[in-house]
Amino acid sequence: MTRWAMVVDLRRCVGCQTCTAACKVTNATPPGVQWRRVLDMEFGEYPNVRRAFVPVGCQHCDDPPCAQVCPTTATKKRADGIVTMDYDLCIGCAYCAVSCPYQARYRTLRATFAYGEPIESEARTLDEDRLAVATKCTFCVDTIDAGLARGLTPGVDPAATPACVNACIAKAMAFGDLDDPASNVSTLLAENESFRMHEELGTGPGMYYLWDRHTP
Amino acid sequence: MSYGPQPWQQTAWDWRAAGNFIGGGAGSGLIMFTALAGADGAAAAALLLAGLALIGLGLACVWAELGRPLRALHVFFNPRTSWMTREAIAATVLFPAGAAAALLAYTGVSGIAWLPAVLAFAFIYCQSRMVQAARGIPAWREPCVVALLLATSLAEGAGLFWLAQPWHRQGSTPLALVFGALLLVRIVVWYAYRARLDGHAAPRALAALDRAGRVLLLGGTVVPLALLAVALVGGSAAAAAWAGLAAAPAGAFVKFTLITRAGFNQGFALQRLPVRGQAPRATP
Repeated sequence: MTRWAMVVDLRRCVGCQTCTAACKVTNATPPGVQWRRVLDMEFGEYPNVRRAFVPVGCQHCDDPPCAQVCPTTATKKRADGIVTMDYDLCIGCAYCAVSCPYQARYRTLRATFAYGEPIESEARTLDEDRLAVATKCTFCVDTIDAGLARGLTPGVDPAATPACVNACIAKAMAFGDLDDPASNVSTLLAENESFRMHEELGTGPGMYYLWDRHTP
Repeated sequence: MSYGPQPWQQTAWDWRAAGNFIGGGAGSGLIMFTALAGADGAAAAALLLAGLALIGLGLACVWAELGRPLRALHVFFNPRTSWMTREAIAATVLFPAGAAAALLAYTGVSGIAWLPAVLAFAFIYCQSRMVQAARGIPAWREPCVVALLLATSLAEGAGLFWLAQPWHRQGSTPLALVFGALLLVRIVVWYAYRARLDGHAAPRALAALDRAGRVLLLGGTVVPLALLAVALVGGSAAAAAWAGLAAAPAGAFVKFTLITRAGFNQGFALQRLPVRGQAPRATP
């Protein structure tokens, strides 16, 4: 089996938002919609303040609450772990948006553009099918599938890898097959301490955050 | 923190979604209380139709919130796991059954309201589970919310029944006592629900719920119970109607608050902070 997952090294992320920009360009999301965003978080009180940059988005959960509640089956979970959206089925009820503990879902009711009127690239990439329905990160599933069809390895070959991972300037993001013990993500998880966000909710997120090297 | 763990109020569901829970709850409760009262004749027919109308109004509200309303029939596609689909199926069966029961009651058939009452319970149960299934909102996913929504539904329905009592004259002393008991159950369940949220929901969500709780206690429990006592002791139908008028909106206000004011998500959280350089391990 294959279980696609993402590993984010919080020690490496510098908060440059290149992944966010790459995602927006690749997926042509409208203003205000960031399938991959980077949180700038501060902890503590002066002078003991810590800062962390945290890439977030759809966690492609093992037990995705969004798929469970979706009344239309527009949200589905594939056998390889990717949670997909069928825009033609979605009715835009936003039930998935209130069910997602990671605030990864968006619903844009009408077309919006960065400068009011669409610039050339916005006009070219506007997809009416994605208006008034739920949208979210798909792990660039089309890229993965196209790459696999060409015999490429997602997470290793850029042509088969999510745009955010390809764009990361600090190699803070990795993508690969959790079920392959030799994959990049399996190796990173074996060598480092990690956690998953809101794991207590039992969703089984497919994004792992590295925070320190592994100490046996 | 510029944008992080502080929870914020969800904006995906607004007053229209709340309207579905308010109308659906009150309508279902009215149908169930009509069956419990053993109402018959034109009064039973009118009460059943009023209950259906409220449910229909609630569904119209939520339909107006859909991004793609013309695809509304897709809502039936996932009965396997979605409580929204199950709610839609229950409503689809409830409407013809309720209309038929109203027609039969009008023509003199008695005891026919039980079928729509059972379906109304199924409908409101699905609605309650729908809220609980929203795992992104701590105040909604608390399991006690199911009991709360069921209790408010029954109390609101009973309130509407007694509000219309001067017209239909189907009430009785035992029914008034049941109404009072429902009000007590509702407030007890409310406090149980509220207690279980401590430490789990956002402070602003809890503050909103506490405001609603005060309205529920005073306007939705103390005042109607006092009026009900006056009605029972003095035999005043008007006091019972006023009790009903006080009880129903208080429950509606709680639901409105729950959806539009207490729907805070849990934000983001890091179990561990990244360890950089030689710094010792730190926890947030």
